[in-house]
Amino acid sequence: MARILAFVLNDRARTDAVPGNLLLLDYLREVVGLTGTKTGCDGGECGACTVLIDDKPTLSCLTLAASVEGRRVDTVESLGTDGQLSAVQRGFHEKLGAQCGYCTPGFIMASAGLLRKNPNPSEAEIIAALGSNICRCTGYVKIIEAVQYAAALRAQGIAP
Amino acid sequence: MNKIVPAHNIGGYVPMIDGPEKVSGRAKYTADIMAPGMLAGRIFRSPYSHGEILEVDIAAALKLPGVKAIVTGADCDKTFGVLPIARSEHPLARDRVRYRGEPVAAVAAIDDTTALAAVRLIKLKVRELPAYYTAKAAMAPDAIAIHDKKPGNLERDVLFELGNTAQGFAEADLVREETYNCAEVCQNQMEMHAAVADYDAVRGRMTVHASTQVPYYVHLMLSQILDMNMSRIRVIKPHVGGGFGCRTETLNVELITALLARKIGGSVRTVITREETFITHRGRPETDIKLIIGLRKDGRITAVECECDQRGGAHSGYGVVTILYSGSMLYAIYDLHNVKYLGRRVLTNTPPCGAFRGHGTVDIRFAFESLLDRMAGELGLDPFAVRRANYLNAPTFTDNDLMVNSYGLPECVDWVERASGWKARKNTMPKGKGLGMACSHYISGASKPVNWTGEPHATVKIKLDFDGSVVVLSGAAEIGQGSSTILVQTVAEVLGLDLSRIRIVTGDSDIVPKDNGSYSSRVTFLVGNAAIDAAQNLKRVLVAAAARKLEAKPEDIECLGELYRAGAQDKGASFDEVVVEALKDTGTITVTGNYSTIPESHGGKKYRGAAIGGTMGYSYSAQVVEVSVDEETGVVTVDKVWVAHDCGKALNRLTVEGQVQGSVWMGMGQAMSEEVAYHDGLMLTANMLDYRVPTIQDSPPIEVGIVESNDPHGPFGAKEAGEGSLAAFLPALTNAIADAIGIRFNDLPVTPDRVFEAIEKRRRALGKEKNSSGGA
Ligand code: FES
Ligand code: FES
Repeated sequence: MARILAFVLNDRARTDAVPGNLLLLDYLREVVGLTGTKTGCDGGECGACTVLIDDKPTLSCLTLAASVEGRRVDTVESLGTDGQLSAVQRGFHEKLGAQCGYCTPGFIMASAGLLRKNPNPSEAEIIAALGSNICRCTGYVKIIEAVQYAAALRAQGIAP
Repeated sequence: MNKIVPAHNIGGYVPMIDGPEKVSGRAKYTADIMAPGMLAGRIFRSPYSHGEILEVDIAAALKLPGVKAIVTGADCDKTFGVLPIARSEHPLARDRVRYRGEPVAAVAAIDDTTALAAVRLIKLKVRELPAYYTAKAAMAPDAIAIHDKKPGNLERDVLFELGNTAQGFAEADLVREETYNCAEVCQNQMEMHAAVADYDAVRGRMTVHASTQVPYYVHLMLSQILDMNMSRIRVIKPHVGGGFGCRTETLNVELITALLARKIGGSVRTVITREETFITHRGRPETDIKLIIGLRKDGRITAVECECDQRGGAHSGYGVVTILYSGSMLYAIYDLHNVKYLGRRVLTNTPPCGAFRGHGTVDIRFAFESLLDRMAGELGLDPFAVRRANYLNAPTFTDNDLMVNSYGLPECVDWVERASGWKARKNTMPKGKGLGMACSHYISGASKPVNWTGEPHATVKIKLDFDGSVVVLSGAAEIGQGSSTILVQTVAEVLGLDLSRIRIVTGDSDIVPKDNGSYSSRVTFLVGNAAIDAAQNLKRVLVAAAARKLEAKPEDIECLGELYRAGAQDKGASFDEVVVEALKDTGTITVTGNYSTIPESHGGKKYRGAAIGGTMGYSYSAQVVEVSVDEETGVVTVDKVWVAHDCGKALNRLTVEGQVQGSVWMGMGQAMSEEVAYHDGLMLTANMLDYRVPTIQDSPPIEVGIVESNDPHGPFGAKEAGEGSLAAFLPALTNAIADAIGIRFNDLPVTPDRVFEAIEKRRRALGKEKNSSGGA
């Protein structure tokens, strides 16, 4: 059964008819065409599909599209303004928090969620916030540096 | 006054040139490619480990509305495989299925839900055959052959003795024998395999997008499987979400998707699930090793004898190469003589194994460095001293004819000793804490490619046109390791230009020159040298043009990147002006650069397959691992890793660090938690919760020391950085655990239950267990 879904996606109001069993992940990728959000597993194992729902990092592969009615959903495509990378994006780019880049949108959204709530996280808080995201390339060392760098860029007002 | 100097582009911390796409979500991976009308592909897989196919019943599935085509083994009688000598696999099984998960049929339907429903309607009837899940069972005298051409299920045995081991052992003060077992592990790269195939029936042309490390091999196998001329096929490699070796050969999914696309005369996208990625993994085989080392009191190794059995899985894949590497790469790290090796690669009814990062070298290195450490302890030698006693005297050739030129192992060893504070801390660690060290090495590209038709080993083209942008065309597969960044840096360095001038196009067989692909850590060394050659050729053209424009002799022209001038007093001509001048002759300029390995690097002929292991340059690594062991729970925590890697010359320190950290960490997964487990051929670990990849919470700080031995042949002296540091982690870990609690683990992974069990066993053996009669 299709339902009408009205919500805010990346700062724009949007209305769609969606099947009741459609996952938010598949909706974003296959219906809207926002392929930045990645599928990395068969459900809940990897964090590659992380998006923000009302600023809270959420696995879109375990969320029904219909359940975001009236909420605010942000994907990696929402970040950055005026063609400039956001602080978290700069961190992952400049500090090599991304190698193959496949886990990156998930890590970036989990990190963005963290920094919105806690602009100056400790290393332990960063590690706790990224605990359900898997990266197979980096060994995480540079991911931690990326988030620390992003926090510093934000604190100094260099990047949003 | 503005002083113009050539831009310097190597040796610094350079973020990857394709980073902005990746962090913004714009980077397209194969599964991100969609087009209206594209069909969804799904694969039906064998639920049996071994059986003779009696019937593949697709009648009900074909009737399902929305199903457009189904292919089975009947659609293709050709075989594929990465080694020309071992092409034993059909894209879809015919006659026999040989492992649970082997593709049998595939559906193309209007959407994924329909395709999946159709797959569920397919029925496979087989006459079950005895199945073998261990190398030992498959080698039993009464075992039937999994492949008719391979009696005894022996894919390949390798035997050599170089020197005289009997005499070597006789000269030793201590001889020890140990056995080791390393569980099967797999790459589990984050992007699941995907392929998009589009068949243009009018023109008879096939275009395939594939998540591969080896677009050329995919091209080759598509031609063979589809029975189409290669000129009618185009292979495109979009962004790839990691590989680590599982994509260094053509995979069924690419071939099957193409078969479907041809059958419907349109486009099909197949994205396999995480579970399917696991059950067809092409990872590192389970390996059993028996190792004997002879050691003198002064730490010199006098002889080595090694037996190695690998459970290779149901098809050949890279198997022959893997078992050869395991033998040949005993060499080229220490000065060894008197070595005997017996390797057996065995066919079993489990998924085919492949070329996992550190291909063939990792499990052997684990055994070797573990036993060496143990024996050093018995002789009262420091682990560092025993390594130092066995250094190669480079440049040299090993007994198995491997060419070693640059050799930074001593500097690596010194660096980790210093950085970890080994001398001061080693014998003063608190209870339950320990330090361990080990070394490893790896090749920078195989000197003889597996499919060699005689052309140069690497070719790069550069195009320069009216806009003054330098476009590098390369077939080297960027898979996240940073190959495109390195090639751009290399070209920019030669031309003295800023990186922003240079663009790179890769991964489209219609446009870029052929490249063998990203495996065996070949790209920086081989393709990097070809890029230097191409850039130098371009520079010559530009210098000649500048000479004409400035009315000077070419040899008097000084190239400053953005400025060409005839001597310091000359105002000169800008790069853009020189480009205009250069184009006058020929129009758009295209130059070619080539690189070929030298014959001396091709390995020897002392035994069959002795070429495997030959390379232009070996990387070296040393590691110190610090652990804490909780004796109550068996939980081992890695507190810190110090790793030094000799990459010849760090063209990009940022990506070298990233590669080294990633390798060390991947070694940690294998050493501590990762294991592919089966019950009767059914994989029990086909998801990321049961196949335990370390999370950020499990992962230690990894401090990287870069050692630059400046290889005489490497591009600007560089060698590989992406694999050589993996293997040393495993033994450094178990050596550290031995230091912490006095127990040596010969079987991997060292999971908490194994540690706990070993501690309990020792407690019982010592009769020290506390009376706990008060308990429930
Ligand atoms: S796709 Fe892996 S957790 Fe959502
Ligand atoms: S960058 Fe490749 S998986 Fe994280």
